[in-house]
Amino acid sequence: MYVAVKGGERAIDNAHRLLDHERRGDAAVPELSLAQIKEQMTLAVDRVMTEGSLYDRDLAALAIKQARGDLMEAIFLLRAYRTTLPRLAVSEPIDTARMTVRRRISATYKDLPGGQVLGPTFDYTHRLLDFRLAAETDAPPPEPERAEARQDETVPRVTDLLNHEGLIEHERPADAAPVGDITREPLSFPAGRDVRLQTLARGDEGWLLGLAYSTQRGYGRTHPFAGEIRMGEVAVEIVPEELGFAIDIGEVTVTECQMINQFKGSKAAPPQFTRGYGLTFGHGERKAMAMALVDRSLRAEDLGEDLVAPAQDQEFVLSHCDNVEASGFVQHLKLPHYVDFQGELVTVRTLRKDHDKRQEAADAAE
Amino acid sequence: MRPSDDTLAGYNFAYLDEQTKRMIRRAILKAVAIPGYQVPFAGREMPLPYGWGTGGIQVTASIIGPDDTLKVIDQGADDTTNAVSIRRFFATVADVATTEKTTEATVIQTRHRIPEKPLTEDQILVYQVPIPEPLRWMEARETETRKMHALEDYGVMHVKLYEDIAHLGRIATSYDYPVKVNGRYVMAPSPIPKFDNPKMDRMPALQLFGAGREKRIYAVPPYTRVDSLDFEDHPFEVQTWDHACALCGSTESYLDEVVIDDQGGRMYVCSDTDFCGDRQAAQAQEAAE
Repeated sequence: MYVAVKGGERAIDNAHRLLDHERRGDAAVPELSLAQIKEQMTLAVDRVMTEGSLYDRDLAALAIKQARGDLMEAIFLLRAYRTTLPRLAVSEPIDTARMTVRRRISATYKDLPGGQVLGPTFDYTHRLLDFRLAAETDAPPPEPERAEARQDETVPRVTDLLNHEGLIEHERPADAAPVGDITREPLSFPAGRDVRLQTLARGDEGWLLGLAYSTQRGYGRTHPFAGEIRMGEVAVEIVPEELGFAIDIGEVTVTECQMINQFKGSKAAPPQFTRGYGLTFGHGERKAMAMALVDRSLRAEDLGEDLVAPAQDQEFVLSHCDNVEASGFVQHLKLPHYVDFQGELVTVRTLRKDHDKRQEAADAAE
Repeated sequence: MRPSDDTLAGYNFAYLDEQTKRMIRRAILKAVAIPGYQVPFAGREMPLPYGWGTGGIQVTASIIGPDDTLKVIDQGADDTTNAVSIRRFFATVADVATTEKTTEATVIQTRHRIPEKPLTEDQILVYQVPIPEPLRWMEARETETRKMHALEDYGVMHVKLYEDIAHLGRIATSYDYPVKVNGRYVMAPSPIPKFDNPKMDRMPALQLFGAGREKRIYAVPPYTRVDSLDFEDHPFEVQTWDHACALCGSTESYLDEVVIDDQGGRMYVCSDTDFCGDRQAAQAQEAAE
């Protein structure tokens, strides 16, 4: 006689063992080291840190190794670890004007104070597979010429330059209320910009990219210009209570994007340029730009614009942008649902019987 | 108390830190005070995926103590993979006793079923909830549904049920069948089959519902009225089978249909494995006597 599925415990143990085995791959190939991931898979590490909401290159590298290179799985690992960490202090806002800039470009001005710095970018590479890399010669690439170090020098943000003319909206907190914290308070709607930006910052890059793209194709157009994109190191400061002044506790690499959007004005606001803002850990230009476009889109309601497109709908955008949530819920369909399915079977069979009876009655009447 | 497993060294009892547990307990207390009302809470990431019971796990983690005995079921069974995984999680991080016996458990975490054996005042039933909002399929917006609950504006739900009757001659919802709690809030009972709905009514055990991804907790206090929505001329009814359980012969329990060949062969067995096992054991003993 058939015995209902049993042995879940043993199956799970064996599945874990198989997984370990698959992760390691061919034992004749040397094991991947965390240092290699950290140094040579830098952009993967950056993405995992950004969407995992934890700036720690070593842990991100470990997560990537453990997840067999599945970045969403790695993001989940890091996020689940992050939530157990105590909160020792809250930093001062980082000042990106004081960034040690490694890349800084503006699409709105030909030249500007601080200059244009191309930095390490894929932008003008020809996407040809480089078979020299396949040779694995171990020879270091030729030494690049670097822009002069601009340490301890302020590089003004493009939006600040526009601000002098009063042509761009002022950016300041709407009120004195403390900044929200989506890791301590559940998201509720309508969400303020602080909460929206936090949610977008840890939101899935693919989701934001698709939404940003939709605004460019006419679904809630925002007339954007890439005012500025900068990447580099910024200092993180905290103010310990016993000292009363800010001390530097280290630096983080961030990518910041300020979109400048044409705005013809509405009942609520005069004609001026408006802003969209994006920020990621590490070098995350695509994400930062997409985030800035979506941020601007979500401001439609505040600016009195018509709400016509998905990217302007904060419940739609924010409720679905977290890939840890989305991945879990989509994949939960793998779990057994046979109790509910049995209920549906009973219902469909009953409905079929009703239907057949009605059909028979109708046929007999003819 | 610290969990013994090395990989979990450094984590607090029952995984969550005490501050988080207190936050969740406050949400639970509010939920108990307003039966059927969805209380937002700052749900945490758990080391298990969203949609796989993180809400139930957080509720259980917040209420469980070292003296508790935990039972975890999925589809009524203790041996389904996710139930095994969650039970192991608590055995590791909280070092609590676990059981497969409904009667021995003080806390029962469940997905999709209520045990067949009536629960007692000394037990707490924790449901895993995927979508806590019963109105979600009629109104996608949280801002709107919260308003509808506040105004007790449940017309759309009755219209939906009425449309089923108009189109199909009967209400076609077979699981997650909406209920009204204490005559006030319409509540999603989680995707339990409607067969289980009557068990919720005036249940002696405290019923807690955790939705991790959606960050909501709600509750039905002991002995609270829970009515399944219906119409006078179309009263609520539960599933019935023409078969008995092939293993224990029960005609009162919820049955799973098992396909045994490709010729249309089926057998029906209890979905509640502990209930079925107890009945089989009793029958074996009777036969031996």
